[in-house]
Amino acid sequence: MADVFDRVKQIIVERLDVDEAKVTKEASFKDDLEADSLDVVELVMELEDEFDMEISDEDAEKIQTVGDAVDYIDSNQ
Amino acid sequence: MLDGKVALVTGASRGIGRAIALELAQKGANVVVNYAGSQERAESVVQEIQDLGQEAIAVKANVANADEVKQLVKSTTDQFGSIDILVNNAGITRDNLLMRMKEDEFDDVIETNLKGVFNCIKTVTRPMMKQRGGKIVNVASVVGVSGNPGQTNYVAAKAGVIGMTKSVAKELAARHINVNAVAPGFITTDMTDALSEEAKQGMHDMIPLNRLGEPEDVAKVVRFLASSDSDYITGQTIHVDGGMVM
Repeated sequence: MADVFDRVKQIIVERLDVDEAKVTKEASFKDDLEADSLDVVELVMELEDEFDMEISDEDAEKIQTVGDAVDYIDSNQ
Repeated sequence: MLDGKVALVTGASRGIGRAIALELAQKGANVVVNYAGSQERAESVVQEIQDLGQEAIAVKANVANADEVKQLVKSTTDQFGSIDILVNNAGITRDNLLMRMKEDEFDDVIETNLKGVFNCIKTVTRPMMKQRGGKIVNVASVVGVSGNPGQTNYVAAKAGVIGMTKSVAKELAARHINVNAVAPGFITTDMTDALSEEAKQGMHDMIPLNRLGEPEDVAKVVRFLASSDSDYITGQTIHVDGGMVM
């Protein structure tokens, strides 16, 4: 589990240029990590590549926090 | 000017699309020649591009069908590894007076000329966002600005394309994807050859520059909008119509 979280965190830190300490499971992309909606779309695209999976538009819309992304990946891999 | 760039041109087997494909190739781009009907004509455009020393492939796809568009874009990135330029040119006409226009005449034109543009833009956005840049050029029409009797469906679609160009330009500007449109006037193609002599003469009389346009007139502006020379232009519709609509 930690493995998925670390990989997700790495991508977020690089893409959004945020401090690693801010990337907690509870962190909201928009409120805490200052991502706009297009940033989130891009993040989801990168996660799809990193974890070799497809995330539907409906599911992607439900991903609000770092934890949402990690949980989605964990339960769909 | 476009050396090493990869361009996808929809409806490129003839008319304005063909001229655009050749113009981009002439400036160094490799081109995917999309077509819906005539494979033979598409293959001959591919041959002409190869004669210019560029790479090209012909790919059949109906732009109104989202799945076919996905395959079209996949063929492009599989073959060339990227997609730098999308030219939405594919279009049809089903002209009729409003009172006589059947629902499917309206729907067919909207599906191809408006939703087709949406399908293609949506699908290329992903690879373009990853590349951190791209150029999208939509072929609209001056009738989308001025209106035209007998073309309620076509004009609605083309006006829609102009609006879509602006929205998408705003959405993708932060990702260095420029989205612009050209609005051709009366250009000599198979589509306009089908008009009556009177209709043609009538159009001619409305053109201040006093001649009909050639597909190459449009292609040169598309080439400009597809190149880095237009990096500071987005969301615009450039009329290529001899001054017909100002």
